[in-house]
Amino acid sequence: MKDNAFTPDQFTKLNKDEKHTEVVVRESISAWKDAWLRLCSNKIAMISLIILVIVALMAIFGPMISEQDYRTNHLKEKNLGPNATYWFGTDDLGRDLFTRTWMGAGISLQVGIYAALADLVLGVIIGGIMGYFGGRVDEILNRFCEIIYSIPSMLIIILLIVIFKPSMLTIVVALSITGWVSMAWIVRGQIMQLKNQEYVMAAQALGASTARILFRHLIPNAMGPIIVTLTLTVPSAIFAEAFLSFLGLGVQSPAASLGTMINDALKAWTLYPWRMIFPAAVISITMLCFNIFGDGLRDALDPKMKK
Amino acid sequence: MRTRKSAFSFIAALLILAIIAVGCTPKNETGNNGAANNESSNNGAAGEATDAKVFRMNIHSEPSSLDPALMEDNVSGTLATGIYEGLTRKNENGESIPATAEKWVQSEDGLTYTFTIRQDAKWSNGDPVTANDFEFSWKRALDPATGSTYAYQFYYIAGAQDYNEGKTTNADAVGIKALDAQTLEVKLVAPTPYFLSLTSFYVYNPVHQSVKDNEAWAADAVTIIGNGPFKMSEWQHNTSIKLVKSDSYYDKDQVKFAGVDFTMIEDSATELANYETNKLDYTGKPTGEIPSEQIPVLKESKKDEFVTKGIASSYYYMFNTEEVPFNNVKVRKALAMAIDRQAIVESVTMAGEVPSFGFVPPGIIGMKDDYRNEVKDDFFTEDVEEAKKLLAEGLAELKLAKFPEVTLTFNTSDGHKKIAEAIVEMWRQNLGIEVGAKNEEFSVLLKNRTAMNYQISRAGWGADYNDPMTYMDMFVTGGGQNNTGFSSPEYDALIKKAYASGDQAERIAAMTEAEKILMDQMPIMPIYYYSNTYMLKPGFKNIFLDYKGDIDYTRGYYEAK
Amino acid sequence: MIKYVFKKFVSMLLSLFVLATATFFLMKIIPGDPFMREKAIPEKIREHLFAVYGLDQPIWKQYLMYLNNLLHGDLGMSMKQQYMSVTRIIKETFIYSAQIGLFAVFVSLAVGLILGIVAALNHRKWLDSVTIIIAVLGVSIPNFLAASILQYVFGSKLQWLSVSGLNDPTDFIMPVLALSFLPAAFIARLTRSTMLEVLSADYIKTARAKGLSGRVILVRHALRNAILPVVTYIGPMTANIITGSVVVEQIFGIGGIGRYFVQSITNRDYTLIMGLTLFYGIILMAARFLTDIAYGFVDPRIKLSRGGGK
Repeated sequence: MKDNAFTPDQFTKLNKDEKHTEVVVRESISAWKDAWLRLCSNKIAMISLIILVIVALMAIFGPMISEQDYRTNHLKEKNLGPNATYWFGTDDLGRDLFTRTWMGAGISLQVGIYAALADLVLGVIIGGIMGYFGGRVDEILNRFCEIIYSIPSMLIIILLIVIFKPSMLTIVVALSITGWVSMAWIVRGQIMQLKNQEYVMAAQALGASTARILFRHLIPNAMGPIIVTLTLTVPSAIFAEAFLSFLGLGVQSPAASLGTMINDALKAWTLYPWRMIFPAAVISITMLCFNIFGDGLRDALDPKMKK
Repeated sequence: MRTRKSAFSFIAALLILAIIAVGCTPKNETGNNGAANNESSNNGAAGEATDAKVFRMNIHSEPSSLDPALMEDNVSGTLATGIYEGLTRKNENGESIPATAEKWVQSEDGLTYTFTIRQDAKWSNGDPVTANDFEFSWKRALDPATGSTYAYQFYYIAGAQDYNEGKTTNADAVGIKALDAQTLEVKLVAPTPYFLSLTSFYVYNPVHQSVKDNEAWAADAVTIIGNGPFKMSEWQHNTSIKLVKSDSYYDKDQVKFAGVDFTMIEDSATELANYETNKLDYTGKPTGEIPSEQIPVLKESKKDEFVTKGIASSYYYMFNTEEVPFNNVKVRKALAMAIDRQAIVESVTMAGEVPSFGFVPPGIIGMKDDYRNEVKDDFFTEDVEEAKKLLAEGLAELKLAKFPEVTLTFNTSDGHKKIAEAIVEMWRQNLGIEVGAKNEEFSVLLKNRTAMNYQISRAGWGADYNDPMTYMDMFVTGGGQNNTGFSSPEYDALIKKAYASGDQAERIAAMTEAEKILMDQMPIMPIYYYSNTYMLKPGFKNIFLDYKGDIDYTRGYYEAK
Repeated sequence: MIKYVFKKFVSMLLSLFVLATATFFLMKIIPGDPFMREKAIPEKIREHLFAVYGLDQPIWKQYLMYLNNLLHGDLGMSMKQQYMSVTRIIKETFIYSAQIGLFAVFVSLAVGLILGIVAALNHRKWLDSVTIIIAVLGVSIPNFLAASILQYVFGSKLQWLSVSGLNDPTDFIMPVLALSFLPAAFIARLTRSTMLEVLSADYIKTARAKGLSGRVILVRHALRNAILPVVTYIGPMTANIITGSVVVEQIFGIGGIGRYFVQSITNRDYTLIMGLTLFYGIILMAARFLTDIAYGFVDPRIKLSRGGGK
């Protein structure tokens, strides 16, 4: 018996350093945290995020920085280039472009983001249903989409003008009434392709609910095209807003949006390029950062991208 | 590495394909869609005699119609000047001169005109133009079935209104009668001194009697029959129209251009670019446009080509006088007095407009001279202090503590928007009031205006004929254009008096009095008198705009330096 | 297959009917009519005009009249352009828009796919970044700005191309480029995004492991699986592009159909609005139909004729 027994001298005491080797020190990383860490390591994406934050802050506080205001006309000082008083120059009525640009950025970015959100929600739900169920449901919804898409949106906009007063809500409603359709089609196509994948069949076999399959399995895998479509929605909504204000529904003067500023500047961009450059640069840079950050986000969210 | 290499060859292949595809444009199909001008026509002319030049201008868009009875825009009018010719034409001073009618006599009471059609007047197909053609054409325009929107321009003729409104179906009751092939007798309702001026208006142009057999005659180059200095040789819908000199025109010796090419370019920057790259000889009003922001620059850089001409049109804002606060005349006047019109024309519109303090624009004939020279437009002055006082008094009379929320509406256009923004800002700075500026789609605006569903609305008016009446009869009680709620029995009586009278002095006096009432009550706030700006390439001569800004190119010629 | 096509055709006719109905009533509800002018037409004349065009009838009667004409293949006459039938306007203008549009579709597809593939294959390298920048500028610079810049540089300044018109094959270059800018950029982004996903998928890795050459993998596997969203996008995009762009046609002075989509509405040219809407509807539905057919070729597992959810 004694032979078989362990004797205390067979053991050595662990020193302090060795004491915790068996414990999983690294806390378990959730998928989200993992993604966040990977995102942080993507320098360009982080720079984009910082620029986006700066643009957002400027859109809120920018108009307050300058001593000028967005609406006072200085007819004697119109079409001035950037200078000490008017940092971005003045427009054709001598209004300060710095305040107008940031004010416009605030309005336009809101328009873009709200419109993109509306498209996202409507498009993903309806597109998802079309793609997943197929058959008659698909046929009917698809036709509905085609009809909505074919009705001249200008008629709808004019009707909205007659019924409502111009406001952010009406603008977003006008923009998304037909805007979501292209998103729905993209989602539909993706879902139609994805739903035949083995893991979906497995999930179905295991009795997962339709909503779960759709939102946990299918939509996340279709995220790439969805994000890309969204990044198109934002600038197109910004320019569509300019068209709306042309019809009397968008931002009304003297307030400015980037789209209307660019429209105004277009008439004389060869003479007064700064009137075009500043608002266009804000849109382009913002969109660039959105895209780079969006790519970074997608890379981070997609475990397959791990290197 | 392999992957990338293959990718590149794949790309290269695609690129080559793309280049080939672009290179293989189907030439034959596109060769005749000439939105920009066909340069060869001018190059060919350059070597020949200088008078064989083709004149090239822009008309912006498709004419609404080339059937005189149905024309209603200046694009149609510009083309009609070349294709058709009425009884009279206008010279550069706006006077009526003989055209298809070689002479006319007016009866003692001023109620009957007898026109003599010239013997050698011919249609483009060689048929003679007769007095019967005019009788046919005018009655056709009055026939309700024709659907002419401008038929009311004939209402000065006895029986015309009844016939057009369907009160009688008897066309013989209308006072238009061909006494013989050369003589046309016209009976008027009242002595209308400006009737002669109307006979050069495009609805008064004749149409060939054969058109009744072909309803769509005016939609194609081959079926259009005109009697003007030019005839149509080609009509590419939405793209271009080409006219060539007509050999059957009686005065063809005076017509120097071999033809006129019209392009339909909507974008003003594109139009200017075409002019600058020598694809157009003429750019700007009436049917084109020079981008307003370019005007100050071009005025300097193209001094010899740039022309500004005042035209008989007024730009103004109308007030809804039935609603608070514009039911008070002092409030209306305050707003009219608190803006700086000079600054607007100098810095905002920039096309040489003239600040207006009256309603009738210069260019309209009065007793002998220009009406505006005879009756100065000093009905009110700009005075911010006085305006503030009036506004305070007006608001007190209305028992308002502060200026209520009101909106200025204008129809969608960059120009109107800019003016509205400038004026609203002047009101804010000078009177301390907030007025919203809102653009509305044109139909919506018009609908709201006729329904009196507005507070301040932008408006403009161009002369139909050369007499102050074309402006003054707008604001009679219940008038179709009077959407301000303005009503003054005194004003109505003066207009009625001017209508009935054949004595020019009496008429002008009555209308002067009426204009004074209008400006005193101020249902409308004048802003400026329009002007047209255009550029014409050096060497082109005798192309001019008449008093209302319509272009006459028919006797133009080219003279190389 | 024939049964499938027939069923699709019937449902398309049904949708066109719904589209016509919705548009008809919508356009009658909004304020205005074809005979509103700054210089108001006297009331009596307006009444005559209304009678001439049948606008004096109750709306439901006008609607039935329109449907009746439609069934006889008659789209009616334009109410603004005298003596021009809607069919004729569409025929004469569509030809230009369609030519430019088809080129633009081809160019944007070629450029977009190439850029997208290059970017995906060079993921996170400079070529990728350059492509992203080009693509983002492509979507955030509106086509009217792109068109004006092109026109100014190549037309006015360098004078390599004529500023407007369609007289010469080279005249196609600028409008086609201006139209292709945005879709090319979008296709590039779509392709890149899906390619990246596909390239990291197991079967591509397997294919590589099996020793298949890069090109075979690229074309047979990766591109084929990645192209689906592009196919989805091309359908409506083609319908939009070949029916013309208002601004691009305006800037380059092209007498295409694009301007009428706006002009017909501002003029309240009722018959033209209806004609254009139906015309567009047919093109869109045809494009969507072809898209669905194309799905089957791209991914044979996608079955269209029956429901796949259950």
